[in-house]
Amino acid sequence: MHALHPGGGPEAGPATGARTAKALPEGKVVLGPEEIRRALTRVAHEIIERTDGAGDVILLGIPTRGVPLAHRLAARLAQVEGRPAPAGSLDITMYRDDLRLRPARTLGHTDVPPAGVDGKIVILVDDVLYSGRTVRAALDALGDIGRPRAVQLAVLVDRGHRELPIRADYVGKNLPTSQREVVQVLLSETDGQDAVVLGQNAIATEAGR
Amino acid sequence: MIRHLISAGDLSRDDALLILDTAEELDQVSDRSIRKLPTLRGRTVVNLFYEDSTRTRISFEAAAKRLSADVINFSAKGSSVAKGESLKDTALTLEAMGADAVVIRHGASGAPHRLAGWVRGSVVNAGDGTHEHPTQALLDAFTMRRRLGRLEGLRVTIVGDVLHSRVARSNVLLLRTLGAEVTLVAPPTLLPVAVSGWPCEVSYDFDAELPKADVVMMLRVQAERMNAAYFPTVREYSRRYGLDTRRMALLPEHAIVMHPGPMIRGVEIAADVADSPRSTIVEQVANGVSIRMAVLYLLLGSEGTR
Repeated sequence: MHALHPGGGPEAGPATGARTAKALPEGKVVLGPEEIRRALTRVAHEIIERTDGAGDVILLGIPTRGVPLAHRLAARLAQVEGRPAPAGSLDITMYRDDLRLRPARTLGHTDVPPAGVDGKIVILVDDVLYSGRTVRAALDALGDIGRPRAVQLAVLVDRGHRELPIRADYVGKNLPTSQREVVQVLLSETDGQDAVVLGQNAIATEAGR
Repeated sequence: MIRHLISAGDLSRDDALLILDTAEELDQVSDRSIRKLPTLRGRTVVNLFYEDSTRTRISFEAAAKRLSADVINFSAKGSSVAKGESLKDTALTLEAMGADAVVIRHGASGAPHRLAGWVRGSVVNAGDGTHEHPTQALLDAFTMRRRLGRLEGLRVTIVGDVLHSRVARSNVLLLRTLGAEVTLVAPPTLLPVAVSGWPCEVSYDFDAELPKADVVMMLRVQAERMNAAYFPTVREYSRRYGLDTRRMALLPEHAIVMHPGPMIRGVEIAADVADSPRSTIVEQVANGVSIRMAVLYLLLGSEGTR
């Protein structure tokens, strides 16, 4: 059981121990708390523009770090539009295409607002967009829950290196990276502070998928 | 995670809690419109049942199907076993067919353990003789945690035919691991000789145990395994060790009544008690599917890492 990985955040690089780490992981800080705040505010405004006031929008975060991001975006939508925006979480562990290659993972929590997703605009929220495999799994998971009118994707960081024909509708920051690098997103809800750190890790490309 | 689930005693506290937590998440699947996950697509689960079973076989079959595994059901009746084929030869046949998991129920204690040495896939014990039934213990613990919110420090009284019960043994081992205190109540003739070595208390006075119990688990009197007279009459057994409305009134307000099924109304449990809101008997069956999904997922989820 010791080999289990904490659910979620797989594209962000090895997340093991990140929740307890108080100090920043080694590497270059590419986004600080202020920049993250501004990026989310801009993304929230883009969502309102593109969805005609975000009336039918449901934000579903992908565990682990997509979930607090979805709630932060929902709070901003509510602030700007003056009506609450539903937010929840969508665990994709059981839909991953690499389950057989890794030890069984702990499941994250799926929490879909009680009204369901049928006929709504679902915006999937994740911290890092990398290979695109997590998003593919999320689309499959979403299909088993209901039939949204449209599905869009919002990410805090797009680091490139897509392996599937997937792109984000809303991007907090485009971050050109090499595959040897690790992008780690830290959020105050899960890690005690807000930061995006770009580090070097030779084994990260293997572990980060 | 361990590779086979043979005994509840093989589970560490972390393993057991992982299974319970995973089952908690998988429980949501049964509320969805599409009650299926693609996780075990292309895997084969064989249900190898040498003994009669309703609940457990259906439950394992439903669990495997909800995870998209292919299920092959095998019952000893109408198979080559009836012609005299040995367990080992049957196992080698399954092996040749590429079973990723074998769920086995067998009348002989230890059969799953032997089987684990013969096949490459995972072996899940679905009840072997009078030995163990670990997934039943897991679903019982899951039901207790859901109803009462915790397992640590919970006082569980298990009443009835402990001697022939694989459920009792698995529950004692698992509940001990999870921090609950177990008391067995039974006539001395229906307790195993080695019970003094089990991590639990033993009592012969049911009424005295009731006021301090958080959970009362009633066991069926397994007449089919009895080859001697263990008690004078059914009526006397029922009077001393059956749970009726009078005894249920002695329980604390929050206490729940459990039964692994199949129950014999009027012997170990009165019909009024079985149908009361305190009884979790139907819930236990529903929770069984989620627990077995969790077990299959955790045992089979990662074949490549073996």
